Amino acid sequence: MAATGNRKVDAAGIDAWRELFEAKPERGGELFSTLSGVENEPLYSPETVAVDYDRDLGFPGVFPFTRGVYPSMYRGRLWTMRQFAGFGTAAETNERFRYLLEHGQTGLSTAFDMPTLMGLDSDHARSEGEVGREGVAIDSLEDMRTLFAGIPLGDVSTSMTINSPAAMLLAFYVCVGEEQGVPRDRLRGTIQTDILKEYIAQKEYIFPPEPSMRLVTDMVEFTAREMPLWHPISVSGYHIREAGSTAAQELAFTLADGFTYVEWAVERGLDVDEFAPRLSFFFNAHLDFFEEIAKYRAARRIWATLMRDKYGAKDPRSWLMRFHTQTAGVSLTAQQPEVNLVRTALEAMAAVLGGTQSLHTNSFDEALALPTEHAVRLALRTQQVIAHETGVVNTIDPLGGSYYVEHLTNELERQAYEYFERIEKLGGVVAAIKENFFQREIAEASFRYQSEVEAKQRIIVGVNKYVLEDEQPIEILKVDAKLEQEQIERVQALRARRDTPTVEAALARLQDDAAHEDRNLIGPIIDASRAHVTMGEMCDALRHIWGTWRETPVF
Amino acid sequence: MTNAKIRVVVAKPGLDGHDRGAKIIARALRDAGMEVIYTGLHQTPEQIVETAIQEDADAVGISILSGAHMTLVPRILDLLRKDGAEDVLVVVGGTVPQDDADELKKQGVAAVFGPGATTSEIVDFLKGAVPV
Repeated sequence: MAATGNRKVDAAGIDAWRELFEAKPERGGELFSTLSGVENEPLYSPETVAVDYDRDLGFPGVFPFTRGVYPSMYRGRLWTMRQFAGFGTAAETNERFRYLLEHGQTGLSTAFDMPTLMGLDSDHARSEGEVGREGVAIDSLEDMRTLFAGIPLGDVSTSMTINSPAAMLLAFYVCVGEEQGVPRDRLRGTIQTDILKEYIAQKEYIFPPEPSMRLVTDMVEFTAREMPLWHPISVSGYHIREAGSTAAQELAFTLADGFTYVEWAVERGLDVDEFAPRLSFFFNAHLDFFEEIAKYRAARRIWATLMRDKYGAKDPRSWLMRFHTQTAGVSLTAQQPEVNLVRTALEAMAAVLGGTQSLHTNSFDEALALPTEHAVRLALRTQQVIAHETGVVNTIDPLGGSYYVEHLTNELERQAYEYFERIEKLGGVVAAIKENFFQREIAEASFRYQSEVEAKQRIIVGVNKYVLEDEQPIEILKVDAKLEQEQIERVQALRARRDTPTVEAALARLQDDAAHEDRNLIGPIIDASRAHVTMGEMCDALRHIWGTWRETPVF
Repeated sequence: MTNAKIRVVVAKPGLDGHDRGAKIIARALRDAGMEVIYTGLHQTPEQIVETAIQEDADAVGISILSGAHMTLVPRILDLLRKDGAEDVLVVVGGTVPQDDADELKKQGVAAVFGPGATTSEIVDFLKGAVPV
């Protein structure tokens, strides 16, 4: 392989430098490896990094897309600044949405509360104390209508972070679109629907893996045919990383999940180019600056290569890995929380240098509670400063050709392929989930990291060094407990008001269709939504047919 | 001092799936020589108390990051009392605002560990608080 620099490095020069370098002892205590434990040499040069420019890097918008998915990147259009928001009831969150749109945000992103994520209505016994706490509570079409009141769905793109009951929430959204006069083929947005990472990391699952995958595939099929502007899956590494994985695990497990969705859809009979252009990705931006940038670059290259060469995609749009990024929630500290502004800014910078298509920056108070409006505005301003004041947007992939970044890109790519092989040997992603493979790998990595922190081999400013005694508490957001009762009353009033026979008929049809594997469930779910069947009732109907999932806990 | 190991149930009540902390704690307690039973996710207060009693636990460590701590933790304390198991030490870990932590301690929680707490401080606390 040709070295990237074209110019041969003088071997004597390297030896001379090494001698000088070794003459001075290195600092002790802190590790020099990346946050994920990848060993770092003190210096990289053309001698140590093998890159074939045309084969490995190429040009932005050109295979293998290492340097970016679009030819013009941020010269053409900045990334979408998309702050994730949701708390309390639909009305509260609608207000926050409008606030963000007024302050220059260009896309919406919805956080749902735990009961919604788990397919439980707000008045379910297990929802008590959790309604509206970590996101917005959505039980029915009625709540969805309130959530998007005054927001024209034909003009915004909306992201919804929901997985197990994704089909129901998409159905509500389609119905709200219809009511606003926006047909489904004009709706733009993304719904997460990444059930595999739920079993692996986020753990908000309802049904066993196989019927869950069938529902996901139903959605991929439905949107491919009826919602051409919609992204039916956002394959997510974010939660895998937050659960404690390394960067390489995040990269490998996410891509393996992505390929698994492709395999299921192809198995269903879809042509890969019919749906692959609408798959998108979601990554974490952690603190190890160069490792993160390398991760995004490696991700693009692997996806393009395997989609073309293994899955036979011919449409170049199927090769593109487009992704959203969120800064690392786990890197935020409850101690000296203002310092989180700095952490988030650095992480966001890595995401931008890595070529992200959209970005959420965390608010500095999020290790303590959901963010206040003030904290959210500062987080958005952070992105605006990067976009407009720092100049990093002026040149595409400005770190391309850096010996170190190219080395790390190669290294993460290598580790990802190694994981693909191990997963393959276990029988694929679903089989590996059942064997707790991912869960164990992640637990192992997070324990190693925690041990390094406790040994002060990793320093966290304000936590294990530079600690302040007597910290002053900051003002945090408190979700009004009253909202839970209001939401319970709202869903119960809806049940009393709607037409019971229509509801029962819709549920019976959904169950019947669920029992037949050859039927696509999205149509019946949209019909049930229109009949004001609640999300929890639809999930219950499916639980009845498919059963539920419980993992064997490992630690 | 006898050779009896401290028995701890590490529990995840409620609906949130954030199990990173619970697993780290479970492993650290085990490495420190304790007998650890990890309940797994999405447990009801009833299930947690039942496990604590069945396992004859000295302590229950509740990991919660869903914001539902003021609903779920008092219920666990109540059920323990009702079952005559109020001697089981209850500790909580997670994102718990200071006023809530104070209130939970008033109700009988022995300690609340927030973000940034180290495993060694939790191990030390349990070793000091559980009479062996």
